[in-house]
Amino acid sequence: MGRVGIIFKRELAGYFVTPIAAVFIVIFLLLSGTFTFYLGSFFPRGQADLLPFFNFHPWLYLILIPALAMRLWAEERKEGTIELLFTLPVTLWEAVLGKFLAAWCFTAIALALTFPIWITVNVLGEPDNGVIVASYFGSLLMAGGFLAIGSCISAVTKNQVIAFVLSVVVCLGFVLSGFPMVLDFFSPWAPDFLLQAISSFSFFTHFTAISKGIIDLRDLVYFLSVMAFWLFATTLLLEWKKAE
Amino acid sequence: MGNMVEIRRLRKVFGSIVAVDSVSFTLSQGEVLGFLGPNGAGKSTTMKMITGFLTPTGGTVKVNGYDIQDQPIEAKRGIGYLPEGAPLYPDMTPQSFLGFVAEMRGFRGEALRQRVADTVKKVNLGSVVHQRIETLSKGFKRRVGLAQAILHDPPVLVLDEPTDGLDPNQKHEVRTLIKAMAQEKAIILSTHILEEVQAVCTRAMIIAKGKVITDGTPAELEARSPSHNAVTVRVKTGTATGVLEILQGLPGVKRVEALEEEEGIQGFRVIPVKGQSILAVISRCSRDRNWEVVELSVDRGQLDEVFRSLTMPDQALT
Ligand SMILES: Nc1ncnc2c1ncn2[C@@H]1O[C@H](COP(=O)(O)OP(=O)(O)OP(=O)(O)O)[C@@H](O)[C@H]1O
Ligand SMILES: [Mg+2]
Repeated sequence: MGRVGIIFKRELAGYFVTPIAAVFIVIFLLLSGTFTFYLGSFFPRGQADLLPFFNFHPWLYLILIPALAMRLWAEERKEGTIELLFTLPVTLWEAVLGKFLAAWCFTAIALALTFPIWITVNVLGEPDNGVIVASYFGSLLMAGGFLAIGSCISAVTKNQVIAFVLSVVVCLGFVLSGFPMVLDFFSPWAPDFLLQAISSFSFFTHFTAISKGIIDLRDLVYFLSVMAFWLFATTLLLEWKKAE
Repeated sequence: MGNMVEIRRLRKVFGSIVAVDSVSFTLSQGEVLGFLGPNGAGKSTTMKMITGFLTPTGGTVKVNGYDIQDQPIEAKRGIGYLPEGAPLYPDMTPQSFLGFVAEMRGFRGEALRQRVADTVKKVNLGSVVHQRIETLSKGFKRRVGLAQAILHDPPVLVLDEPTDGLDPNQKHEVRTLIKAMAQEKAIILSTHILEEVQAVCTRAMIIAKGKVITDGTPAELEARSPSHNAVTVRVKTGTATGVLEILQGLPGVKRVEALEEEEGIQGFRVIPVKGQSILAVISRCSRDRNWEVVELSVDRGQLDEVFRSLTMPDQALT
């Protein structure tokens, strides 16, 4: 196993030896259930799909992912273990990637545990399972985007509360920029290309596109480049501000 | 073996603070170098640059021939490092933590298990290997930190205050461990305990305000103390009169201080002129005059005196 893998393994195990895993997963399931069934009117809609479930994912992630990401580097700094980690024979990239992948994998586990809701729609009706699979995939990609942002912000502070709040704000920007309300505000006066640009920067726009069931290469590239960009920024910031 | 650590004009500036200012030295196998210096002298900062955690503002560090900037991975392979305060992952157990470090250091399978088990034994962690690090006492935490530093048997060890906060027994154990490894390694340690330098170091370096002030063996350092070669004599008061004046008149004597008299025994502390050895003269003199001497001893010199006089030159020694 490479060093990315070794760090990945340690980090992932770290979630499960602390109450983080249990708390996160329970809250994740609870919130996604509440959103879907109450706010999303899952039953009254009378349609066999998971649209109400996936529609709330950007909002769910907005709160939960920064909470997960805030400790990635801030804790490492606070405990001083960052000094231990970076005096081992490891590159910044390997450490950043290993930690990120572990957090992403953990999110994937939480997401996978929502499978009962998928079973439920299949029992109740005949949903388009292709769309559902695509939506899960899109949701995971979006989670990766949120995590990469959180990782970067966590790298500049040893204070987890600051990391959390800043991440929520930045993530909010990335969600809202594609939101009809926000775009409506710009549309009367802004030129088309600007509207396009703003909305094309949004997680929301790309996620909605994927959750229609079509995995367009552009959406995929978008999310992957968002992750690459923020992770790259993480390594730069770590290099620059390693010792605070 | 040649130089295992080569440091040239190392410099680190934090904003307006010059933490390390043009530090140069080389270290070869078998040497145990002790960094001494007041708080904020730049000892930890120097160590952080040697181990590749901090990027120097200027200068170069070579470890086992590898430049820490150009070939960081190769250089780091040959270094074991105990950072100041021995930071550790609090949620792990020593077993899982050392397993992680061993894996990062390239050990796998049976070799890994053997390596972890050996190290655990070396630092006496046996009873707590499955306890969460967070719940360990300071002494055990320090040992876990030491264990991760020596696990891969590195040729170069950098230990930042390895005995800080340990009880006297544990201090002794750690020093014994360091001495046992000294032969085949090059070791740099920092400490505020001057006896530690005398106990384990073959070389002592005093650093103040980021600069190296002295570099020599502990004995050489002691020799710079005003009380180096000072002689303490205790004589029965009944058998001798005018001792102070007589001692004062001996060749090579700079000054004599009368110590407190207790139970009919009077002590004197005889300070020599710098560089002179006066034991023989005093010994002969007391024999000739038939003083009943109960103690006659030579002072090697006080490291803390040297330390104070070098790091606070404005305040003259009293
Ligand atoms: N990350 C940092 N940012 C700004 N200044 C720093 C930083 N790290 C160290 N310094 C400053 O550099 C100087 C040297 O600090 P250093 O920790 O190397 O001292 P030290 O010799 O190890 O002291 P001590 O004996 O207290 O451990 C101090 O003035 C310190 O305030
Ligand atoms: Mg220090």
